[in-house]
Amino acid sequence: MLSRVADSLYWMSRYFERADNASRVLKATYGLILNPAKFSTEERWFRAVSSLAPGAAPSRVDPQRALFLLVADPEGEFSIVKCISGARENARQVREEISSEMWEHLNTLFHDVTGFELQPDDDAGAMRVVSLVREGSYRFNGITAGTLNHDEAWHFIQLGKYMERACNLCVLLDAYFLVDKHADDLDWVGLLSSCAAFEGYCKACTAELKPERIANFLLLKPEFPYSVRYSLDRMYEALNAISDLSLSHRTERVERLIGRLRSMVAYVQVDEIIAGLNKYLAAIIEQCRELHSAVHELYIEYPIEVAFPN
Amino acid sequence: MSQCDDAICQYAVPASDVVLPTATERPLRRSWFPRPFHVFVTGVWVGRLSVASSVMWSIRTSKPETERGRIALKGSANDEGATDRARVSTLAQTNGAATANLDAEHKEGHNEQHNSCVNSRLRLAIALRTASPMMRIAFPEHPFAVRETSAAIMIIDTDVSDRSGAETLRQYELNGAYDEMFRAADHPRKQYRQLYNLLLSLGPGELRRSKHEADQSFFNQGITFTVYGHDKGTERIFPHDLLPRIITAAEWERIERGLTQRITALNLFLKDIYHEGKIIEDGVVPGKIVYTCKHYRREMRDIKVPHDVYITVVGTDLIRNPEGNFVVLEDNLRVPSGVSYMLTSRGVMKQIFPGLFQKCRVRPIEQYSQALLSTLRFLAPEGRSDPTVVLLTPGAYNSAYFEHAYLARQMGIELVEGRDLVVHDNVVYMRTTFGLRRVDVIYRRIDDDYLDPLVFESGSVLGAVGLFNAYRAGNIAFANALGTGVADDKAIYAYVPKIIRYYLDQDPILESVETLLMSDRAQRDHVCQRLAEYVVKAVGESGGYGMLIGPHSTEQERSEFREKINAQPRNYIAQPAINLSTAPCFVDGAIEPRHVDLRPYLLYGEKITITPGGLTRVALRKGSLVVNSSQGGGSKDTWVLQN
Repeated sequence: MLSRVADSLYWMSRYFERADNASRVLKATYGLILNPAKFSTEERWFRAVSSLAPGAAPSRVDPQRALFLLVADPEGEFSIVKCISGARENARQVREEISSEMWEHLNTLFHDVTGFELQPDDDAGAMRVVSLVREGSYRFNGITAGTLNHDEAWHFIQLGKYMERACNLCVLLDAYFLVDKHADDLDWVGLLSSCAAFEGYCKACTAELKPERIANFLLLKPEFPYSVRYSLDRMYEALNAISDLSLSHRTERVERLIGRLRSMVAYVQVDEIIAGLNKYLAAIIEQCRELHSAVHELYIEYPIEVAFPN
Repeated sequence: MSQCDDAICQYAVPASDVVLPTATERPLRRSWFPRPFHVFVTGVWVGRLSVASSVMWSIRTSKPETERGRIALKGSANDEGATDRARVSTLAQTNGAATANLDAEHKEGHNEQHNSCVNSRLRLAIALRTASPMMRIAFPEHPFAVRETSAAIMIIDTDVSDRSGAETLRQYELNGAYDEMFRAADHPRKQYRQLYNLLLSLGPGELRRSKHEADQSFFNQGITFTVYGHDKGTERIFPHDLLPRIITAAEWERIERGLTQRITALNLFLKDIYHEGKIIEDGVVPGKIVYTCKHYRREMRDIKVPHDVYITVVGTDLIRNPEGNFVVLEDNLRVPSGVSYMLTSRGVMKQIFPGLFQKCRVRPIEQYSQALLSTLRFLAPEGRSDPTVVLLTPGAYNSAYFEHAYLARQMGIELVEGRDLVVHDNVVYMRTTFGLRRVDVIYRRIDDDYLDPLVFESGSVLGAVGLFNAYRAGNIAFANALGTGVADDKAIYAYVPKIIRYYLDQDPILESVETLLMSDRAQRDHVCQRLAEYVVKAVGESGGYGMLIGPHSTEQERSEFREKINAQPRNYIAQPAINLSTAPCFVDGAIEPRHVDLRPYLLYGEKITITPGGLTRVALRKGSLVVNSSQGGGSKDTWVLQN
């Protein structure tokens, strides 16, 4: 497969997952601010913005504008609409590589969300976009799994999706566990529903909401699709499959990095990490970043010298 | 017209005369409304709506003879929205019963008074209600949102939609040009007899339904081209006409022989001028003309191209003159396009006219992709037993990107962009996730100028650095070779009959159009005095740009061209205006003659093969002679019959 094509598929998938993540978080946050609680509206929006738009100077975010900023801001690079455009733009470059069902669905979704032309104070409109993306995302994932050959293209799509998911989960957990004030139950419900995890958590751990258990569930649970552990496992599988197909002999670095990442979540217990949780999460994000550039160097933008060893 | 804005034209209508529908709601159908059309109220015909001018509408009921029995709607376009979205809000009242609302959305960019009616997409929502003495519908922001719930909605059908096949043919008028289908009125040529009988047997509305089905099929398959200058990347379907153009086996045989002869000679010509230049030495073609061609590539001198094949893929434009003979209009020897429309429209036509295909015995064209692939593989450098062929595209923003992706998928080869290619030691590679993979043949859909920034246009990012050196070293083959544009220069075109005689010692089988060179003093003076009789073309242009069509031009356009010609005589040629042949087209619900040309696709590999068929391009505007898609042209499927 052409490197450019692999790169486009990877980014299509990342952008899409980013939009999906933002829509989950926004739905949960919007639900939260309707309830009066210990945390003020500002603090909650601050948390949402800092987990969705890193580096967007959240301290100066006006809570009234936050929803618009995260959903439809044409300037901001983190808004849902921007992410969907990014995914579509990447898909457009490789239209002949993805199935036409995938393209049609993504294209329709793009036209639906950009067609709204939201005004900054239109909360209801913004939430409609959010639910469009929620629905669209489930369908897109289903269509992709059901219509695309599970070959190299599929593995790059999987890699992008779970790379994005792992990083987003870490950032989100970081934002919720950062505050030293103890969050109340409502906030924990907010965190869990941000990860589509409330029902899953209740089934596994009952509705008793304890920070350690929640951290354990979202970080280390190998069976739950929106956990860091699950995401890293899928990345590991995708990378293995790609290196098997590509017959490349230069995969040691990538293998070492993914192996180390997995061991960080596979061989720890939650009480070992809960004290230094923020540091631990930062380390995972950092290593994901390193892995991303290693993959990019190995498959996408390798120097010509590497390809001609002599 | 401003007094017509929101004008209310009142006519008293006795309640008993208004055809009152049952209060059912039906959604409005969104479709084309050519003029004039009939108005139905839930299935009952109430009147005929005609477009009186680009901005006036009126409705007459079934009783036009009495003033009292008339419902009239009049409206005018708002001035501000007149260019692209003219909303006509019209209100009409009858005796306390009806109110109507018209909303017209014009297609973008139309200007002409005459065509704006045909091109405007009318959405008509007329509501009638019996309950209240006078009903007023708020002008809906959304044309489909009629706010009054208990109102019944008039369904508007076009006048012509429900005509039977025989009726659609009634208006067909022969206009002196050679007609592809009819020898004389109601006398179809032999090859068209099956189609003619089929048309006669069609029931009301069947053609329109087939047309809709075909358009839908094109749209769903994504057979579109990109319209530039639109931020959302608008994609439109290529206008397509439903009725096939049919060519007999004998006619085709002549085309085949003629094109083979012509392309063989032009290929020899290219080899000659980039090597010894014998034809120039012998004074057959003046060197001055060859070396001043816009597409002459000095860099190609003495480069050996694989198997001496310069022009691998050709799409020559033929027209049929009033005597019925095919004549070459233009040779496209650089990067001819449109073949994907030929292939996909055949697929769609098979769905729509399956029976007709069997009866007519149409020769297949589906083998084109395989033939193209083996032709390209034939070009591979020696010693490369299993060559890698790629298609080089300018990228997803190119208007022909659909074709590039389609051909790459059909041939099972990689679709690459310039940034995927790397040249190392004069060998071309593409970057894959497996590492670098050697490339042997490039089917390039990029002009010469953009292929290699080291040699040609230095700012180009579409090609790759070093491609030309790899070519010079013989490590890569291009299809087509570089510099082939010399041979389709319109000034060289005038010499093609001589070129054929010089290399092949044969008389040309296909005629050329008489061509006058403006660089020749006597010919220039002759043409400048009679510009209204000639078509003037810029020599290096294509796509119907830079042309003056004398008979359809204004005095001002002619004087502008006169100046241009005198400023740069080498840049122009003139040809007598030829009346292209016409073929029946299904336009605005009727079958009418439109001018057509023919572009067959030829492949030059081990031998020359011509796909039996091609792209018939149609000038969809009435009377127009310009068939290019950039100038409002469409296409037709082309059937070549077996013996």
